[in-house]
Amino acid sequence: MNDLSKVKNIIVKNPLKLDCGKEISNFPLAYETYGELNDNKDNAILVFHALTGDQFASGINPVTKKEGWWAHALGPGKAFDTKKFFVICANVIGGCMGSYGPSTIDAKTNKPIGTNFPVITINDMVNAQYNILDFFKIEKLFAVAGGSMGGMQVLQFVSNFPNKAKVAIPIACTASHSAQNIALNELGRQSIMADINWKNGFYGENEKNPDKGLALARMAAHITYLSKKGLEEKFGRKLQERDDLKFSFDADFQIESYLRHQGSVFVDRFDANSYLYITRAMDYFDLTNKFNGNLSKAFEKSKTKFFVISFTSDWLYPTSENRDIVIALNAIGADVGFIEIESEKGHDSFLLNTPDFLDTIKNYLKSTYINEKRI
Amino acid sequence: MKKEYKIISELIEKNSKALDVGCGNGELMKYLFENKTKDIRGLEISKKSVQNCLSKGLPVIEGDAENDLIQFPNHSFDYVILSQTLQAFLNPETVISNLLRVGKKAIVTIPNFGYWKVRLELLIKGTMPVTKNLPYEWHNTPNLHMCTIKDFFIFCEKRNVKIVKSLALNQDKISEISFKNLKYKNIISELGIFIIENK
Repeated sequence: MNDLSKVKNIIVKNPLKLDCGKEISNFPLAYETYGELNDNKDNAILVFHALTGDQFASGINPVTKKEGWWAHALGPGKAFDTKKFFVICANVIGGCMGSYGPSTIDAKTNKPIGTNFPVITINDMVNAQYNILDFFKIEKLFAVAGGSMGGMQVLQFVSNFPNKAKVAIPIACTASHSAQNIALNELGRQSIMADINWKNGFYGENEKNPDKGLALARMAAHITYLSKKGLEEKFGRKLQERDDLKFSFDADFQIESYLRHQGSVFVDRFDANSYLYITRAMDYFDLTNKFNGNLSKAFEKSKTKFFVISFTSDWLYPTSENRDIVIALNAIGADVGFIEIESEKGHDSFLLNTPDFLDTIKNYLKSTYINEKRI
Repeated sequence: MKKEYKIISELIEKNSKALDVGCGNGELMKYLFENKTKDIRGLEISKKSVQNCLSKGLPVIEGDAENDLIQFPNHSFDYVILSQTLQAFLNPETVISNLLRVGKKAIVTIPNFGYWKVRLELLIKGTMPVTKNLPYEWHNTPNLHMCTIKDFFIFCEKRNVKIVKSLALNQDKISEISFKNLKYKNIISELGIFIIENK
């Protein structure tokens, strides 16, 4: 698995009471930062990653040697301009890039914790990451931002800490995981658990991991991140390095080969148990639950300015679900902006080079930072 | 800066809460934000314009008055502004009643179809009027429900809507409209500006 010796982390000493009832303390939270924190400490942005992301949002991930998941969006002169802002990104608990998770080695047994790791929630993830503010002695963040599961964390963060961020940018997300999304996540989990090497989550001895199950989960999920039109344009019925069909179950089509590739590279960087835990956390996410179905109440105590963004071709977290967040905010007179960005790249639009999306965020952050200073 | 926007701004009390419906590129919002109130929101149908507004840091929501005003609670704004867009709605009557539900007051401006130049175009040329304020031709106009200042007066009367203030704009000159001078103002004014509320 990953060599995590180069990863920065803080050890969270404070006990954290999880939603499942268990308590954790003295656990590692791995993070990365971009740009410089200014003297007033008013230029910090906390970015939350999605299901398979990690703290290496930009630059080259020192562990995987791959480009960060938000390299298009984050860096000097980019949407999250690190010449102006100090951006922090932490690996969620349950993750596998250095934060406390199922692949963390249990000191008592010297083996990975595996499925002895407690079931965690988005709320737990956010509460764990809140410790980052103390670590950097940041009284108030300028912004919290994230897409997909990162967007869910944005919503949860503002609900939990109403006055700790001036701006919140939830992107392509939802306030309540839908039946369709739970179903798709369950498909992924069942693929992993059906792998003979999963062994109820206690794998890893003799180097045998449930790679096939995890790859299959990734392949299925990857389809949901794209749109039909996007797939049609990129692959169509194009054949993979052959002139004709082979009348076999090889990857005849480019799309098959592409998905297989996505699956196989994913297992090199991601832990199967982490995939189970994090998808579970997403499924459990329903911000309205604590407030008797009234989402507005989740944000009632907050003065945070919201900027909600969705994408036209995203069917996984469709515009309607993002709009529900806007409606809930309008119901309490919150300061909210909303746009549905035109894109044919599906849910993945927020990770890709989508100029309308990136330009708008860049200018929004820039002008809002100036406006906030004037007030 | 449009004269119309300056007049609207003068009609609004300082630090009140306002919603600009059909805010376009946020020109009026920005002016109000800098001069009158920080508590301003916008609703706009064009994606390009919404992007433009958000880029300026203005809190604008993509949507339209006919479908998306519903989400705002009763009297959640001191003023709801509708600048020269009433005529473009499928159902202006519903829009007006929603404006007055969401806002304690509404500021509505209408390009006056009773303006003498408009009348003359039809009378002399015999073609649908094309003017500075109404630059479209009959086949590409978004304006479905053109009305005159007088029409709007009659509409308010019939619908139990109180006109708190009514102003006429003609080549940057403002004047008050009353029942007495209505017939005259309806001929010489390019634009009508109204503050209305429920009776």
